Amino acid sequence: MTTADVYLQQCINGLSLGAMYALLALGFTLVYGILELINFAHFNVFMVGSFVGLGTLSLFGVVPGAASLSGFMLAAVLLGTLLVTMVTSGALGVAIERIALRPLRDVRGPAAMITTIGVSYVLFNLVLLVLGADSKNFPTPLPSVSFAIGGAVLRLREILIWAVSLVLMGLLTWFVQFTRMGRAMRATAQDPEAARMMGVEVDRVIIMAFFLGSALAGAGGLMFGLYYNFTSYIIGFTAGLRAFTAAVLGGIGNVPGAMLGGLIIGLVEAMGGQLISASWADVIIFSILVLVLVFRPSGLLGRVAPNKS
Amino acid sequence: MQREAGELLEFRDVNTHYGDLHVLKNVNYAIGRGEIVALLGGNACGKSTTMKTIMGVVRPTTGSVLFDGAAIERLPTAERVRRGIAPVLEARRLFPRMTVLENLEMGAYTRKRGADLAADLDRVYELFPRVKERRTQLAGTLSGGEQQMVAIGRALMAHPRLICMDEPSMGLSPLYVEQVFDIIQQINRQGTTIFMVEQNAAMALSIAHRAYVLQTGQVVLSGGAAELRENPAIREAYLGELQVAPTA
Repeated sequence: MTTADVYLQQCINGLSLGAMYALLALGFTLVYGILELINFAHFNVFMVGSFVGLGTLSLFGVVPGAASLSGFMLAAVLLGTLLVTMVTSGALGVAIERIALRPLRDVRGPAAMITTIGVSYVLFNLVLLVLGADSKNFPTPLPSVSFAIGGAVLRLREILIWAVSLVLMGLLTWFVQFTRMGRAMRATAQDPEAARMMGVEVDRVIIMAFFLGSALAGAGGLMFGLYYNFTSYIIGFTAGLRAFTAAVLGGIGNVPGAMLGGLIIGLVEAMGGQLISASWADVIIFSILVLVLVFRPSGLLGRVAPNKS
Repeated sequence: MQREAGELLEFRDVNTHYGDLHVLKNVNYAIGRGEIVALLGGNACGKSTTMKTIMGVVRPTTGSVLFDGAAIERLPTAERVRRGIAPVLEARRLFPRMTVLENLEMGAYTRKRGADLAADLDRVYELFPRVKERRTQLAGTLSGGEQQMVAIGRALMAHPRLICMDEPSMGLSPLYVEQVFDIIQQINRQGTTIFMVEQNAAMALSIAHRAYVLQTGQVVLSGGAAELRENPAIREAYLGELQVAPTA
């Protein structure tokens, strides 16, 4: 492998991580855009999502050590698992909103945010209690096909992450831009009281934001498992913090910003790891967070001035 | 227009509170079908609270609000919009990062899916040719006068029977104020009832049929617009006709 090949390889790795962070960052941004709430429970919705994905795959008979699938079966199993994981994770997000956050809707100050930290720990400890502390192997339904690009290797799992993320982000963008509910979400984010007076049922908009964000986190969790071939109760915090950084970097509340931020953080992690050392990845990422907060608190694509009409 | 029995909107002994602050005190209004009624008063007299009470953002502590004969004071805002009440909000409150067209579509949010919005858009564009020119622009980039036109257009998109306007002339140049009031009259002649909070009492009384005067949360005066225009107290307090002693 030449130096150029090494960087190409890190670029492939970085884009894959970035796609995953982007999926996760979108959930922070959707909820923040509407409630101005940082939802730390999101970290562990992602983690639970990876376990839901693992469970669903085993229901389809895909367990660690089983032969890889191909063709129609592979597509059907992956699509089925993705759907089940997303719907379950989305429902979990809605349940969190309904049970833990709605009663605090009119409470000023940080109570709701602190509650999300509490919910995050509840999920974390529930999984630890029920499923144990050892990490679980993820099955590998994907055949080990790979393509050589120069000296770098592009595997099927990377193509899968990219494809799934692109399609989901495309669907989300379409939903937010062109559907009635999407318009109501944007209107509520820009001026909740005016949206309400147009007849928007703000509760429904909030539920939709939690559902969509959590479903995307579930998809991210499944991708995590398929990419790294394991999952564990601890994966939420690292990935969640990096994705949160991505959302802030892109401009929290801004949908394209979360996608861009995710990709940048993924690339920084891979490239920084290559240039310095993998153990420095978090130092680099969180230094970026600090710099963004100091020099461009509204993020790359965020609005410089607050909501002024 | 066929005149139906009863008032379109009524406040019966409405009281509202913000915490310990008693804002509206036993307020009664009756807005008839097809009327333009103005609500006059100084700052912090309860005009905006009146609007918020109609829209369901503020709930009365006692008393009732009737729309078309039915009590609505416990209904959620969306249901009130569905029944035919549309707001033109203070300072317009468009969605700044949505296009003019999207803002208009938000006005029709409670209408049935597949409702024929094209005809309604045409009606708005006919009233405001300027809005049609700007339809693909972000609402936040429009001038204040243009935004007011979009705000009125957005209310019309709901097919309202009653439009509640909060300070439609605020922040507009005199030319736009004239235009906006012309349009309000035109909309009214097409059958929509208008209840309007307005600082600019002279303008408001020039188009309104009737008016209420609110002072620290109480209705202190009400009557026909022509009669109020001649009322010395009104002239002094709201029409700016103070006796100025000639300077020597």
